[in-house]
Amino acid sequence: MRDALIVHRLQFAFTITYHYLFPQLTMGLALVLFLMKTQALRTGDPFYDRAARFWAKIFGINFAMGVVTGIPMEFQFGTNWADFSQAAGAVIGQTLALEGVFSFFLESSFLGLFLWGEARLGPRAHWATALAMFVGSWASGYFIVATDAWMQHPVGQAMDATGKIGLGSLPALLLNPWALWQYAHTMSGAVITGSFVVAGVGAFYLLAGRHGDCGRMFVRWGVSIGLIACVVQAFPTGDQQGRMVARHQPATLAAMEGLFETTEGAPLALIGQPDVDRRRLDNPLLLPRALSFLTYRRWGAKVSGLDAFPRDAWPDNVPLLYFSYHIMVGLGTLFILLMAAAASSLWRGGLYTSRPMLWLLMLAVPFPYIANTAGWMSAEVGRQPWLIYGLMRTADGSSKLVSAGNGWFSLLGFLGIYAVLSILFLFLVYGQIATGPEADPAALASPAAA
Amino acid sequence: MATLWFCLVAFMLATYVVLDGFDLGAGALAPLVARTSEERDAVLRSIGPVWDGNEVWLVAAGGTLYFAFPALYAASLSGFYLPLMIVLWLLIGRGVSIELRHRVDHPVWQRFWDSIFFVSSLLLAIFYGAALGNVVRGVPLDAHGRFFLPLWSDFSLGPPSGILDWYTLLAGVAALAALALHGALWLTLKVEGAVGERARHLAGALSWLVVATTALLTLASLATQPQIAQSVAARPWGAVFPLIAVLGLVGIVFYRSRRRDGHAFLASCAYIAGMLTAVAFGLYPYVLPARPASELGLTATAVAAPVHGLWVGLAWWIPGMLLAAGYFTYVYRSFRGKVSPASKRISSSP
Repeated sequence: MRDALIVHRLQFAFTITYHYLFPQLTMGLALVLFLMKTQALRTGDPFYDRAARFWAKIFGINFAMGVVTGIPMEFQFGTNWADFSQAAGAVIGQTLALEGVFSFFLESSFLGLFLWGEARLGPRAHWATALAMFVGSWASGYFIVATDAWMQHPVGQAMDATGKIGLGSLPALLLNPWALWQYAHTMSGAVITGSFVVAGVGAFYLLAGRHGDCGRMFVRWGVSIGLIACVVQAFPTGDQQGRMVARHQPATLAAMEGLFETTEGAPLALIGQPDVDRRRLDNPLLLPRALSFLTYRRWGAKVSGLDAFPRDAWPDNVPLLYFSYHIMVGLGTLFILLMAAAASSLWRGGLYTSRPMLWLLMLAVPFPYIANTAGWMSAEVGRQPWLIYGLMRTADGSSKLVSAGNGWFSLLGFLGIYAVLSILFLFLVYGQIATGPEADPAALASPAAA
Repeated sequence: MATLWFCLVAFMLATYVVLDGFDLGAGALAPLVARTSEERDAVLRSIGPVWDGNEVWLVAAGGTLYFAFPALYAASLSGFYLPLMIVLWLLIGRGVSIELRHRVDHPVWQRFWDSIFFVSSLLLAIFYGAALGNVVRGVPLDAHGRFFLPLWSDFSLGPPSGILDWYTLLAGVAALAALALHGALWLTLKVEGAVGERARHLAGALSWLVVATTALLTLASLATQPQIAQSVAARPWGAVFPLIAVLGLVGIVFYRSRRRDGHAFLASCAYIAGMLTAVAFGLYPYVLPARPASELGLTATAVAAPVHGLWVGLAWWIPGMLLAAGYFTYVYRSFRGKVSPASKRISSSP
């Protein structure tokens, strides 16, 4: 039984982590594409349409990957987490159904027109399809974050005498304060991925000495949007998210920070390795009193350590949580520095010829993916040992009749299929980048159907 | 309220099968109707702008089932674990094949994705039929309302039972025949030239095959699931659903021979919708019958969510569906007209 639980957890963790590699770029690029189409409409300059057409091709491949890896997610609630689904479906089924009805219908209907319909729609209507993609993908993000936020901080449910959970208030569920900050934090994370990819491809073109006009524009847009998103990621969204964790999941905060003992004027651990058995941080590099200030805005405030909580209330993998959180925060800080340096070079007019800066921008592309993944791991590993925080333990939520063997069968299947998808994705995106944003009048005369 | 949501979920699932059914059927027929790479590309272009939207009906119906009947969602998805995982993989393979085939202009690449598209479409049609067959036959529910079925045991109705037995395989073949016919009528309507003509020709043979499988499946279902006869006896007005299916079938044969392609396709939609609603009507009040202990079957009221959530759901479901209907009308109108194998896809477009 415990074996089966581990497989169910591994499968969900793997499939959701892999899936989210695609939507983060979809949502980030949807914003960038919408801004490019707006600029094209405003200025009437076909240059921006050409740039948007290039990114729409990558968007299309990425979107397809997001769709095919996303369909299993909804169904895995039922297949692998039957007891959780039965208990919580009346609540989170609402947000998941809302996503299908209000986001997926919109996106799937307008994706074809956005990708293939430029010639027949005319500039205004084509701009509207870009808007529909932006709204659809960002609304989808909200419904999913609201679903997760309910598991992190359940509000809006009503429990009857038998303990059966029903929906209490849909507005309360949708306006969960946890969801609002988590959404802002998640979306700015997606914009960071999108802007780093745009800047990175632009830097590649400038370094390769090809497509210079588009390369300069990609770098300019990527760095400008990226700088804003990186700052917003830390403050206010990251800061508020952290304070929400401190208020509602204090044991999680202690584990994230590697704080084993309750401390007044608690330091912030920059690096170090948690030793859970000896309850200490090895080789720590500490910023005195900073954790107290960041959490409570007072340098001497008392912060609860893990010792304040019984052992079975600790997140069950403290080191993984600690490192996920530190990787997320560490990378987020480096992103601000990188984008600030790139932006200042841009404003001084030297960025397009500064090879070290361009190299940095190009090589930075994978890191927002790592940071976003680490951020979600912080949230979900930090929720443990709860499946619904305070209401249901993870061990109680899985499908009891699905054996470990059947779980391994499907997990290995997903591993194999997703390995193939990864190769295909890289091959096709490489092909698009290698072809580049050539002026292609053919696309404007594209025939009827897809 | 539970009954209303039972009808709404049945409506969404029937819409899914009617819409995704024609692109699945087109995929299962592709090797028969399309001989050259251009022709196969034309088959894909006839479904290219709409297949993703069609598939969203499955996701939306899944979400709706989840919040309206959480206990059913939990029981059926975990009980049908193995076939569902295979269906998910097939959906992945199929989606990838449609989206990626045209991105590289190379015969080996396109051949490969043509095969994946064909095999996944074919197997999905059979699996969907078998899934419905499992629901009609009933599953070995325990006292907690849960079950787990292996893919097959001895191909009898059990016990011991499996996902695949003679009855569910028959349902799978019947579904393949019906969706292939549906796809053939779609291709007749949407693709010019030889592909459309071959599809029209095939639809003729398929329509008689569907008449045969429908008759066989109906007899087998009545023998397998006694609840169906009881439902019709208790509420004779429900005979309207099988009647719609029969009229649809007659309409297919009639209109196809008169080359009224649009009408024939719509008649096929009516046939599929009639068959599915007949099944839903026949099983009600059960949503998942039990076998062999029929008293353990799950009824709509027993698995429904608390009533407040169902009312709230109605408040957003209706405007949401109206919006979706609007998008679909717009998209299908935008891509109206026939696809021609001669007008090649422009390779530099995305």
